[in-house]
Amino acid sequence: MASILKKLGNTDRRIIFILIALSVILPIIFKITFPNPVGAEPSRDMFEYIDAMPSGSDVLMSFDYGPSTMPELQPMAIAIATHLLRKDINVVCMALWPEGASLAQEVMSGVADSLGRTQYEDWCNLGYKTGAGIMIVRLGSSMKAVFPADRDNLPWEEIPMLAQISDLTSFDLVITLSAGDPGVPAWVMMAGDRFGVPVGGGCTAVSAPQFYTYLQTGQMVGLLGGLKGAADYETLVGIKDGTAIEGMAPQSVAHLVIMLFIVIGNVAYFSEKKKGGRR
Amino acid sequence: MRLVIPLAITFVTGMIMVLHFFVPHQPIKLLGDNLQDWFMIVTAASIFLGALNLMHVHFRKIKLKLKNWKYSPVTLTGFMVMFIAGLIYGVTEAKPFDFMFMNMVAPMGSTMFSLLAFFVASAAFRAFRASNWRATLLLTSAFIVMLGQVPIGAMIWDKIPLAKVWLMTFPNTAGQRAVMIGAAMGVVSTSLRMIFGIERSYLGGTD
Repeated sequence: MASILKKLGNTDRRIIFILIALSVILPIIFKITFPNPVGAEPSRDMFEYIDAMPSGSDVLMSFDYGPSTMPELQPMAIAIATHLLRKDINVVCMALWPEGASLAQEVMSGVADSLGRTQYEDWCNLGYKTGAGIMIVRLGSSMKAVFPADRDNLPWEEIPMLAQISDLTSFDLVITLSAGDPGVPAWVMMAGDRFGVPVGGGCTAVSAPQFYTYLQTGQMVGLLGGLKGAADYETLVGIKDGTAIEGMAPQSVAHLVIMLFIVIGNVAYFSEKKKGGRR
Repeated sequence: MRLVIPLAITFVTGMIMVLHFFVPHQPIKLLGDNLQDWFMIVTAASIFLGALNLMHVHFRKIKLKLKNWKYSPVTLTGFMVMFIAGLIYGVTEAKPFDFMFMNMVAPMGSTMFSLLAFFVASAAFRAFRASNWRATLLLTSAFIVMLGQVPIGAMIWDKIPLAKVWLMTFPNTAGQRAVMIGAAMGVVSTSLRMIFGIERSYLGGTD
């Protein structure tokens, strides 16, 4: 028994890698799905806030992430954009990360096409600008000064939906999808605290704990944390074939496998400790 | 003068931005807005510096055949192909830049990030030990959050997601808030030290 535990405690990392890979691949191959009930989570708060907004409202959506965090944040963006455009809410996109502008275009053109919405009337993509927090403060005095033209170089004056937009306070909500810095903190501090615009958003699972502080103080109206947050939003919006919902089964199995390895590691550790080994 | 001029610029610009926050009226507003525009221009220019530095570092690596120099031509080729495609065709949808971004950069970026799961699993197996009561508390919390973060947690016991939300909302928030307030006070004190010329390390000196 002791030798088995010792062997388990010294499991080669390649075996761990193979099991993790299988825990992700097999549920995808066999199309295993789990029901995803949405409880009293911050993702529900976010959904309810947007759902209560009247048609014709203006929302600024900032794509503050890159390709590396796409699997977590892109499904969120698609679900939120679907909800906004279904409700006839005008969506103005921008990015604090250079790659975010292209990802925004991908999301918005796909969702808008599927819902029959028109670029420049229902949504537009202003693209990326440098400056992070300072740039957000500048948006508070003039949007046009920062974005004289959109991502495709169409001048601000020629975009009909921007006629009613002057600065950040013109928006009814700012949504940031953030994978790090600049992201949620910059929007909360500048757009929310300084200019009084409600802020909501989504982030990677690893950074979600940091932003729960903003929820408790009311500095954020809601938060989607990681793939689970995206799956919650897909469920609430009614997207049945969403990638986040599909990703819940592999993630569930992978979490169980990681937990199993932690348990095995601890059992081996205590067994060795009992024998007077490493401490 | 080499010391006085940068310190004076820092003091004046810092004070303008502080005033800009509390007095959003002319002429402070105009000055503050202009400084913000300058900041964006300077940061945009720094992107070019970064690109030039990338080229310099990798050309040098190839020239001197330094360690792993064989990867440098790949980096430079990738950079130049994307740069030229963006310059000639623009970055709009269905153009070569966008095609390469969505079909090459995006999947490769996602692949790199997904490797994290493997390293997390391996590291957790080797290092996550319930060696004392504090570590046990952390381990228990981690298990609850990991289960609460996936649907299988609710399938095992429907109270697990509620426990996760409680852990995230109260104990986690208390700790995070302490860190955030501490960091914010550090930022304020460092900024004041820079504005008043006490902190000078950003000028390149050792003080």
